[in-house]
Amino acid sequence: MSNAVSTAPNTKAAARTATVKGGQRDKALAWLTAPALFFFVVFAVVPLAGVLILSFASWDGIGAIGSAGLGNWFSVLADPGLYNALGLTFLIMLASWLVQTPISLLLGVFTAGSQRYRAALAVLYFLPLLLSSAAVAIAFKALLDPNFGLATGLGLPFLAQDWLGVPHLAVGLVIFVIAWQFVPFHTLIYQGGVRQIPKSLYEAAEIDGAGTIKQFFHITLPQLKYTIITSSTLMVVGSLTYFDLIFVLTGGGPGNSTRILALDMYLRGFRANLMGPASVIAVILVLIGLALALFLQRLGGKDKQGSQLEGM
Amino acid sequence: MKQPQSSRRSFLALAALAPFAAMVTSACGTSGPGASSGGGASMWYLSGEPNQTTMQKAVDAFGSANPDNKVTVTYFQNDAYKTKIKTAIGAGQAPTIIYGWGGGTLKTYAEAKQVEDLTSWLAENPDLKDKFFPASFGAATVNGKVYALPNQYVAPIVLFYNKELFEKAGAQPPKTWDDIMSLVKTFNNMGVAPFSLGGQSRWTSMMWLEYLLDRIGGAEVFTAIFEGKPDAWKDPAVIETGTKIQELVSADGFIKGFSSIAADSNADQALLFTGKAAMMLHGSWTYGAMKKGGQNFVQDGKLGFVQFPVVAGGKGDPKNGVGNPAQYMSISSKASEKEKETAKKFFKDGILTDTVIDTYINSGSVPIVNGIEDKLNTSPDKDFLNFVYDLAKNAPNFQQSWDQALSPTAAEALLNNIDQLFLKSITPQQFAENMNATLGK
Repeated sequence: MSNAVSTAPNTKAAARTATVKGGQRDKALAWLTAPALFFFVVFAVVPLAGVLILSFASWDGIGAIGSAGLGNWFSVLADPGLYNALGLTFLIMLASWLVQTPISLLLGVFTAGSQRYRAALAVLYFLPLLLSSAAVAIAFKALLDPNFGLATGLGLPFLAQDWLGVPHLAVGLVIFVIAWQFVPFHTLIYQGGVRQIPKSLYEAAEIDGAGTIKQFFHITLPQLKYTIITSSTLMVVGSLTYFDLIFVLTGGGPGNSTRILALDMYLRGFRANLMGPASVIAVILVLIGLALALFLQRLGGKDKQGSQLEGM
Repeated sequence: MKQPQSSRRSFLALAALAPFAAMVTSACGTSGPGASSGGGASMWYLSGEPNQTTMQKAVDAFGSANPDNKVTVTYFQNDAYKTKIKTAIGAGQAPTIIYGWGGGTLKTYAEAKQVEDLTSWLAENPDLKDKFFPASFGAATVNGKVYALPNQYVAPIVLFYNKELFEKAGAQPPKTWDDIMSLVKTFNNMGVAPFSLGGQSRWTSMMWLEYLLDRIGGAEVFTAIFEGKPDAWKDPAVIETGTKIQELVSADGFIKGFSSIAADSNADQALLFTGKAAMMLHGSWTYGAMKKGGQNFVQDGKLGFVQFPVVAGGKGDPKNGVGNPAQYMSISSKASEKEKETAKKFFKDGILTDTVIDTYINSGSVPIVNGIEDKLNTSPDKDFLNFVYDLAKNAPNFQQSWDQALSPTAAEALLNNIDQLFLKSITPQQFAENMNATLGK
């Protein structure tokens, strides 16, 4: 690793062994974090503390705030709605990962090539990236309408299902639309990752007589390890915050069949005027997000600060 | 030489501080968004025709008559508005004039002292109070005090039907629940959906429960629920209502995909006037919307309408109505004195003027104003207008829509449970038990 890329742990280590003069410079540099720290405290720490306090309060969002003790926590934890939302959140998280990772990995490898037609195709693949979630949801809702949608327009009766009105169809559809929207983004990450792999590795493999499939499994995949972890972290932690798309597409329905945790929090807080229980869900969401992010970091292994090109 | 330098430095410092200053001042602002600096008042209102144009004309007319006290309106979609106004009031950012449906939500506002008590002001202006249907003040009253001015029109829920399809089927509009069940068979055999329903909006499904419970158990059952009496939701009439609904769902009474159709886009009305569905239980306000958007469906006399049918052995009076007795406007207590004055002046001179009353009648609605019989009779829509007027006037009990009558907490639980009842994911007994847990909340 070159000295030019000085990460936080490195500067700390340097400061420990540095002369007094160097230590002073580091102190001066520490002030540069002040603006970032200020915004972090104002926009992350303060609201987080507020939510924690609200989770022990009874408030309808309009009148005075009263104390609820542990009441909100007990009532939310005893509510079967919470476990339905938790289960759905994890189901959508897992299904999203299983669907999106292989597709975006293969697309990324494919679009990393240099032929001109690939560039043209890549533009098409990345199109959904340009649309906002609300627009995607409204468009799909209109296309899937069993009475006025695509099915009637094209005369394809098998498409005329009640896609958003039957619980298991609605869940499947939500997973599909999420994949449609986010696969391009992850494809972009993988494309970048693949382009970083040195050509010499493939040239050497070719001389040894390895075919395309062997090259993919023995060079591309291992080299993409950290790209996969980055993309998976974004996917998994991001899936906790899916909200806009599902809110516009199904509103959590039919019944509670797509009411994921983030949506549950919103509906409790702003529809049912129960800010306390909604804050409990918010705290649960934060805890799950933290645990997942830590878990995925561990998965990366301890050597993740090292170069991927070691031994080259 | 020094001076320009220092002034440049202080200028840069100021520029760096400006965003913070803006943040601080905006955080301290007490007036709602859209409030003008003069004596004007701000108001939020629902988008959608024909009412949006009517309101804009009324506001414009008031503005040109009172150039110093203008009212500025911002428009929102129905479902989005309901969330936004609650959040805005909670954050102290409400507009001067708060539009709503009275009932449970208004009670929450009044108890949190967010809206002005209009009782004494109305006593000082008896002409204004006497102008409206007396019944329209019910949902505006909390603990004996009036917190909102009734507005717009009376909107009962009506059973609409497509006359063309009924002629084709050789059928008569339903008078009893048994008629409904046999019509379901008739229309399903014809390949036409019996009932249109925008079930994703959920309050649309609720209209069925409101009428059924009234016809089966009478008005007393819901009154007990409204008053929070113990086990009020466990009334046998509630169970029977739920059972009848699930029978209708099982018999394919509602159009395929009803639970994914939203009422905001008026797709449910389109199903009726395009002949994909034979009947629709919906608010009388859809008459005006269908007249405007239904390609002469209403003008050609193809739209039929009847009262909700009776249920054999039911206790309810068949003349009872449900729906919205009126719409309501309150004044934010956080507004400045000048803004409040403008709002009151607008209440007195600006809304429900003769022009506005005529516009409502022309668009197929019955304004909540006394002595309009002559005007109704000269309208091309006089059949429908008189039907609505008589329904509202002759109803021994006119039940306000449940999601408006109940508190927001209970209303959200109700809508959620109704959705599951229609999907048959809970039984009528579970519905009654789930709702019973919300009593007094």
